[in-house]
Amino acid sequence: MASESTNTTGIQSKGNGRVIAYGLIALAVVLFGLAYADGYGKLAIAPMDQFKVTPLFGGDTIAWYTPTNVTFWLGMSILSIFALMVMGTRGRAVIPSRGQSMAELAYGFVRKMVEDVAGKDALPYFPFIFTAFLFILSANFLGLIPSSFTTTSHIAVTAILAMGVFLTVTVVGFVKSGFGFLSLFWVASAPLALRPVLAIIELISYFVRPVSHSIRLAGNLMAGHAVLKVFAGFAGAMGLAGIAPILGVVAIYGLEMLVSAIQAYVFTILTCVYLKDALHPHH
Amino acid sequence: MEGDIAQMGQFIGAGLAAIGSGAAAIGVGHVAGNFLAGALRNPSAAAGQTATLFIGIAFAEALGIFAFLVALLLMFAV
Repeated sequence: MASESTNTTGIQSKGNGRVIAYGLIALAVVLFGLAYADGYGKLAIAPMDQFKVTPLFGGDTIAWYTPTNVTFWLGMSILSIFALMVMGTRGRAVIPSRGQSMAELAYGFVRKMVEDVAGKDALPYFPFIFTAFLFILSANFLGLIPSSFTTTSHIAVTAILAMGVFLTVTVVGFVKSGFGFLSLFWVASAPLALRPVLAIIELISYFVRPVSHSIRLAGNLMAGHAVLKVFAGFAGAMGLAGIAPILGVVAIYGLEMLVSAIQAYVFTILTCVYLKDALHPHH
Repeated sequence: MEGDIAQMGQFIGAGLAAIGSGAAAIGVGHVAGNFLAGALRNPSAAAGQTATLFIGIAFAEALGIFAFLVALLLMFAV
């Protein structure tokens, strides 16, 4: 009993010290920023500047082979996946280390999702879905590092991912059930007179899928990061009262972490739904 | 002068397109609120339906994002 109480007070005092230390660091950062801010006292908001693609090693022209900041952060997200899934699980311990249990949790989470949403016969496509999930998740989270670059906020990146999913699903559907795949558009449960109309609607919604799939991800991240920059611009313009928008930025940052995870989840779960449609096209 | 009027129309159009985001917010709120109402009536069935909740939210949100896309196109692509 006694040892327990001393233990908790010890943790509490340690926690208090930690909070004070973090507070001092935050205050130092704020004061430093106020003292050296570019355009201090002016309303300088350029929220879209953070999405500019610039060459990594200087220069102005961007050819298809030029390494840019996008290339760098795409590579970083692949490296972080490698660090988590390959280096983290290298021990193959029975009692997993922290890295290994994170990797196992992610694996189990996505595997269960594929099994629940798309069915058991979708499990051969699990590696593809898991790769997409990890790539989007790590790109989203790396984009939250201040002054880094969010690769998934560009429609060019997400459109490639969404087109990959769309083409895969369409090919899988035709390979699995041949022309029977077209029965996806022919709603057998509807009255006969309505079926041609429904077929046209279903066809349009099928081809809009990659558009909404890609723009949902890019739009959410772009809007969130632009809001962060707008609030940061307020902080620069308000002087010492700028502490209020800074607290707002902290809150929005927390929200953005949630959005990053949820958007990766939504992208993956919609991939599962589309895959289920391809594997079982009959309504 | 003509350019100014064109730019004004562009901004007004982008602002009007932003109304679509509010409409999508109503849709997302409907989905989440109805899910919560159902989940409180039958909490044991709620855990199995969270995936459906997120799919519903994603579909409701997609149409709001089309409005956002229209605003973006008006601002930067026209």
